[in-house]
Amino acid sequence: MTGEPTVWVPCDAAAVSVGADDVATAFAAAGATVKRNGSRGMLWLEPLVEVEEAGPDGLPRRTGYANVTVDGVTGVLDGTAPSLGVVDDHEWLTRQQRVTFARVGVIEPTDIAAYEQNGGFAGLRRALGFDPAAVVAEVTTSGLRGRGGAGFPTGIKWETVRTAESDLKFVCCNADEGDSGTFADRMLIEGDPFTLIEGMAITAYAVGASEGYVYLRSEYPHAIATLRRAIDIAYAHGWLGERIQGSDLSFDLEVRVGAGAYICGEETSMLESLEGRRGEVRAKPPIPALSGLFGRPTVVNNVISLATVPMILADGGERYASLGFGRSRGTSVFQLAGNVKHGGIVEVQFGLSIDELVNGFGGGTATGRPIKAVQIGGPLGAYVPPEQFALPLDYEALATAEAMVGHGGVVVFDDTMDAAQMARFAMEFCAIESCGKCTPCRIGSTRGVEVIDRIIHAPDDGARRTQLTLLDDLCTTMTKGSLCAMGGLTPMPVRSAVRHWPQDFGLTEEAIR
Amino acid sequence: MDARHLRGGVDRGGVNRGGVNRGGGTTGGATTRTQAIRALAEQHANRRGPLLPILHAVADEYGYIDDADIPVIAHVLNLSRAEVLGVVTFYHDFRRTPPAQHRIQLCRAEACQSVGAHDLFAVTRETYADDPGVEVSEVFCLGNCALGPAGMVDGRLLGRLTRERLSQALAGASEVGP
Repeated sequence: MTGEPTVWVPCDAAAVSVGADDVATAFAAAGATVKRNGSRGMLWLEPLVEVEEAGPDGLPRRTGYANVTVDGVTGVLDGTAPSLGVVDDHEWLTRQQRVTFARVGVIEPTDIAAYEQNGGFAGLRRALGFDPAAVVAEVTTSGLRGRGGAGFPTGIKWETVRTAESDLKFVCCNADEGDSGTFADRMLIEGDPFTLIEGMAITAYAVGASEGYVYLRSEYPHAIATLRRAIDIAYAHGWLGERIQGSDLSFDLEVRVGAGAYICGEETSMLESLEGRRGEVRAKPPIPALSGLFGRPTVVNNVISLATVPMILADGGERYASLGFGRSRGTSVFQLAGNVKHGGIVEVQFGLSIDELVNGFGGGTATGRPIKAVQIGGPLGAYVPPEQFALPLDYEALATAEAMVGHGGVVVFDDTMDAAQMARFAMEFCAIESCGKCTPCRIGSTRGVEVIDRIIHAPDDGARRTQLTLLDDLCTTMTKGSLCAMGGLTPMPVRSAVRHWPQDFGLTEEAIR
Repeated sequence: MDARHLRGGVDRGGVNRGGVNRGGGTTGGATTRTQAIRALAEQHANRRGPLLPILHAVADEYGYIDDADIPVIAHVLNLSRAEVLGVVTFYHDFRRTPPAQHRIQLCRAEACQSVGAHDLFAVTRETYADDPGVEVSEVFCLGNCALGPAGMVDGRLLGRLTRERLSQALAGASEVGP
């Protein structure tokens, strides 16, 4: 290799957690020009270093090197290290449809010129030429549903806010991504923050909002720093603030940092927290679209929902709606996590089966042992056994199997998992993180831990069955009586564990029959 | 609608988003903590929903929120002490005692449990049980779920954690081996 090569080293927190910063420093010391991209989402390869050179067509192309260490820098530079080939041609990426994540891992996250060269701001420019109602209609046409977990149609929510009468409206981005096994919000913000900013500006224009907040969890310091830097740059370039790009749209945006409360991912709890109060859930109605932050009409959307809006506006709602399956339109960003060989981001159109995701993309467990279960949709999602892996990963199909997509996190467990302990943990987690406002969640979760302990330690099947009946009653009370999804969905992992692995709770084969 | 909450708006600069200065207090020897806390609170007071930003600022500056800070903040915001204390105690991040010199936070959520976080947490807690300079605590999800077990040592995110990597990180090794 001649001259000073350009080397891309991810600045994504996951890559940094396994040494990417030190590797970047070592490349710079060795004379390379170092650029920091987001992660490509092939997390098992991190730190995944890419060396840029001119391809046969004269355009730059990037060759990948996996799991690079400081000691491996020389080998990458002199070409003796084994390479993965051209990263864009990597089979794990070519099998995906990257829409929301199109730029993540490709550009430097806060390079606003690169953002624009790669299609950035096309959506906002196009939106500003429309009437706000037409922007909402475009999003409705796209079929986009909230990616935070509830799957509510985004266009309908926006229309409610747009038609609400108020001199002050807000756009709030819920970036309190607390579900275990999910990291798409974090990677999007760290890898392509301008797309979130653009998406929020489009939202503001569509609904008539003038201020926005990103409620970002404190556990994500890298994302906080990147987004704040990106917001400052966007202001400096006239993409935020007064009369954006000379239009009538004025929109201010600020990052607010959470404080380690899982419940603040629930939208009304998040609003309370933004107002400076304990993150206690509000009763609905009124819905936040009519009475949200400080009692004003407020759009609350997840990071991925908002970050998908620029692409929808740039290419048209119909184009996005042409992807997908049934009533689940567009792409979904799945996150493969836990005990999985190939963990990371898989963005594909809806309709992929669990098997294709977990075994196809994921390659089975990291430990090489058989898969016992996957938990889909975070700590409130069901544990699903391999017998159900033919199910497609969309909102409706999973609901029929008493499971949910949630925020798209899929956590893989091998056969050493103890389903009773995972059920107990679900209740324990709910007890720790409950906001305490409603009784079924606050008290029910603690009673749930106790009942599961009694099931595990029951002297015989008779006593065990009695306690299982109690647990079932308790789960029904929590499901039907809780104010929000925290208490309402905690029974989902618990019941799925009992249903699929009764032997883990100590039930004998006879008792199960 | 309480008009008090509707003043201000989105903050555009002016507010110190500065780094951590554990236990040092502000510069200028004559400034007492009370004065410094009041200044911090006043700096943010005109923002919408200023309490969490203020508490974060205090925590960043001092590492914890002292009981004596609470009436000062309450006074600036025209809130009751109970309201401020209620917020402080609701959130896991706001601690009311000074932190140990070193902090290990280990993820105990499901994804990390699937790759042995439970045992790592138990062993680590045991290892540093008698060391007042090291505090071991649990955290639920650091967003590093494909490279678990995950944790933070003195605020630095680490993945693929083992006991060895943890003790290396604590010793401040420049590179924590892969």
